[in-house]
Amino acid sequence: MSFATTKFAHPIPLSTTAARSNDHKPFLDPFKATRFLGSTHKFRFHPLTNSNHINIHRRSAVVAVSDVLKAKKPKSTSNLLITKEEGLELYEDMVLGRAFEDMCAQMYYRGKMFGFVHLYNGQEAVSTGFIKLLKKEDCVASTYRDHVHALSKGVSARAVMSELFGKTTGCCRGQGGSMHMFSSEHNVLGGFAFIGEGIPVATGAAFTSKYRREVLKEADCDHVTVAFFGDGTCNNGQFFECLNMAALWKLPIVFVVENNLWAIGMSHLRATSDPEIWKKGPAFGMPGVHVDGMDVLKVREVAKEAIGRARRGEGPTLVECETYRFRGHSLADPDELRDPAEKAHYATRDPITALKKYMFENNLVSEPELKAIEKKIDEVVEEAVEFADESPHPGRSQLLENVFADPKGFGIGPDGRYRCEDPKFTEGTAHV
Amino acid sequence: MATLFQGVGAATAFSASKSLDSSKFQLPSRRFLSERNASFLVVRSDGRVVPRSNARARRAEQLITNAVATKPDSSAASTASKPGHELLLFEALREGLEEEMDRDPQVCVMGEDVGHYGGSYKVTKDLAEKYGDLRVLDTPIAENSFTGMGIGAAMTGLRPIIEGMNMGFLLLAFNQISNNCGMLHYTSGGQFKIPVVIRGPGGVGRQLGAEHSQRLESYFQSIPGIQMVACSTPYNAKGLMKAAIRSDNPVILFEHVLLYNLKERIPDEEYICSLEEAEMVRPGEHVTILTYSRMRYHVMQAAKTLVNKGYDPEVIDIRSLKPFDLYTIGNSVKKTHRVLIVEECMRTGGIGASLTAAITENFHDYLDAPIVCLSSQDVPTPYAGTLEEWTVVQPLQIVTAVEKLCQ
Repeated sequence: MSFATTKFAHPIPLSTTAARSNDHKPFLDPFKATRFLGSTHKFRFHPLTNSNHINIHRRSAVVAVSDVLKAKKPKSTSNLLITKEEGLELYEDMVLGRAFEDMCAQMYYRGKMFGFVHLYNGQEAVSTGFIKLLKKEDCVASTYRDHVHALSKGVSARAVMSELFGKTTGCCRGQGGSMHMFSSEHNVLGGFAFIGEGIPVATGAAFTSKYRREVLKEADCDHVTVAFFGDGTCNNGQFFECLNMAALWKLPIVFVVENNLWAIGMSHLRATSDPEIWKKGPAFGMPGVHVDGMDVLKVREVAKEAIGRARRGEGPTLVECETYRFRGHSLADPDELRDPAEKAHYATRDPITALKKYMFENNLVSEPELKAIEKKIDEVVEEAVEFADESPHPGRSQLLENVFADPKGFGIGPDGRYRCEDPKFTEGTAHV
Repeated sequence: MATLFQGVGAATAFSASKSLDSSKFQLPSRRFLSERNASFLVVRSDGRVVPRSNARARRAEQLITNAVATKPDSSAASTASKPGHELLLFEALREGLEEEMDRDPQVCVMGEDVGHYGGSYKVTKDLAEKYGDLRVLDTPIAENSFTGMGIGAAMTGLRPIIEGMNMGFLLLAFNQISNNCGMLHYTSGGQFKIPVVIRGPGGVGRQLGAEHSQRLESYFQSIPGIQMVACSTPYNAKGLMKAAIRSDNPVILFEHVLLYNLKERIPDEEYICSLEEAEMVRPGEHVTILTYSRMRYHVMQAAKTLVNKGYDPEVIDIRSLKPFDLYTIGNSVKKTHRVLIVEECMRTGGIGASLTAAITENFHDYLDAPIVCLSSQDVPTPYAGTLEEWTVVQPLQIVTAVEKLCQ
């Protein structure tokens, strides 16, 4: 039985903290260390001596939040996890992510985009589950697998596609590319191509929120930052350093691990002494949660709580979403290493299919409604490609723009004038 | 070389503050530029000349100061009646920092021991008490992460000053400095600005060993999108600190461990230095000596000997390590036709190497002799005092090099 199908609500993580009301709180209390650590034997944890194909279905404290909530919270008239509108929004966002990435693959093979292109297929529940709960002012920091995070945050498909085509209408004017998606309008802080380097930047954005509230006395500044990164990153120093700083200063940030079990060709279990990443939260004094990252509703429940905590000034949370990428690491990866059985297993757990099923079973939507969304998204993506294709390539004049925010940074030329005043800088032909 | 005349630096700095006033318009006006040029042409730093109509420049010229710590008392008796106030270089940095923190609440400091401890060289002394622990943030020892945090804070509206307790430690933050500090403005298509200042003590100190005696300017200089300045006097330390904080570009401000206790009288009035301008230290006719940071004092020591031997060297503190002030440098080359570069940086891929290339490219026709570059040796800075001394350029070498160059 895999973790994902385990509806196993761990008794400890789901208990409430003493200080708070008896609201359901799907978090580990980091401060009840003895109780928490003493309970590890209850985790049905397979030692690493097991063969790989067993390990990939590792069992751990899966916080099956949704089940508990269903049982515990019949607040509204129905005990559904989402309203119809919410369901449609989530569905649309996930379908957009999937359709967009599939189109990227096509365009890559057709020679419309180049370089390393990392697709998000299979992991949509994480992006959608978290980002659709954010406000526009909230920040998101991503990785090199960033197209879908940008889309979820509101960056238009045409701006992202155009960026991938290297066109001047791209969200970064064609200067960033697949791994460097930014949007100041939507507070997408990037797009970081090296492992772990986005986490400190996200921590800095969270620091700004705290600074604005406490130093600049902007009492209404409750902005939250969500940092996404993978399982491979969790063995990098910046991850640990930032968990420490975020917990130390109670920064409004959520660390979201998209554990897709593979760091290119390195199995998470071969790389990590204790593969349960969520456990590293309590070690730093913050809650750690493990959630089924193939179930957008579970992700969303956990995200709600974690984002709420951050917004209320209660500090950071580490969330490990166990997910899977349906494609290779990048489009340049032949993906020969991963076991076909493993891939097949996760294919049956497609998060989009799962949401669809949930909505049908609960009579939230009808088939034609979903079909209409799919059709709409197809059009959006088609239109994005057309837009990108028709958009102009950057002109020479763009080359030297944006090197410095203040172009005086190019210095003073032999004639005593700032070099950026030279028409060759405007034309992009100056030698720098 | 005990006494330095600060007139030129001061005058150019005053005019530079005008450029700041007009900084909204990206480029300075022509009027500003002509004024700036005028101040270079008219103000002499040998103390002889200079009738000026500009009142501010005149005031600046009165600042005859003592900027070498080893001879602090030569003018002590007469300083009490002079305008301005006297302070040490680290205090000047602190003063600049404090003025900017008073002026702009978005300015904050982060680094190891910058808060309660007051900074390893006391540049942030008492600031945490005044501004609180969040504005003067003591960070854990995690250079790459707190540097990245500063960048994230800058992207979202703050203006952090990131202190490397020792410049060498910034090697641990190299990825953040290079990829995010330097390149992110560009990769984001200009959407995010990174107005950070990265500063700290560097250079070869007194037997601090290889790791604490780094000359990192050569490492950082090829990162696109970053400006680098090196301060060398209390006056320019304060002015450059303030300019760096106000700049929308990421700026690395190099300080030198051996210069923190330099004393100088600086104006009471607010002033700011231009990040891009070189500083004329001593005008001369025979040879252009380009230097920066601590080597400025080795050069001035050598200059004294050279003057006694009948040479008239022109000494320029390039100050802006990236980009170079090609105007000041070029004017000097056109005048002297000979160039000696004196730096503490590594020889291979150092600032001197880049400067040599820039001068050859731009002013080759004006050169009467090949450019001579005296750099420190390409060795890990040794611990032993004798070895360490032989690693960096000494005044006698400078004298010899000038004699050869002027033959």
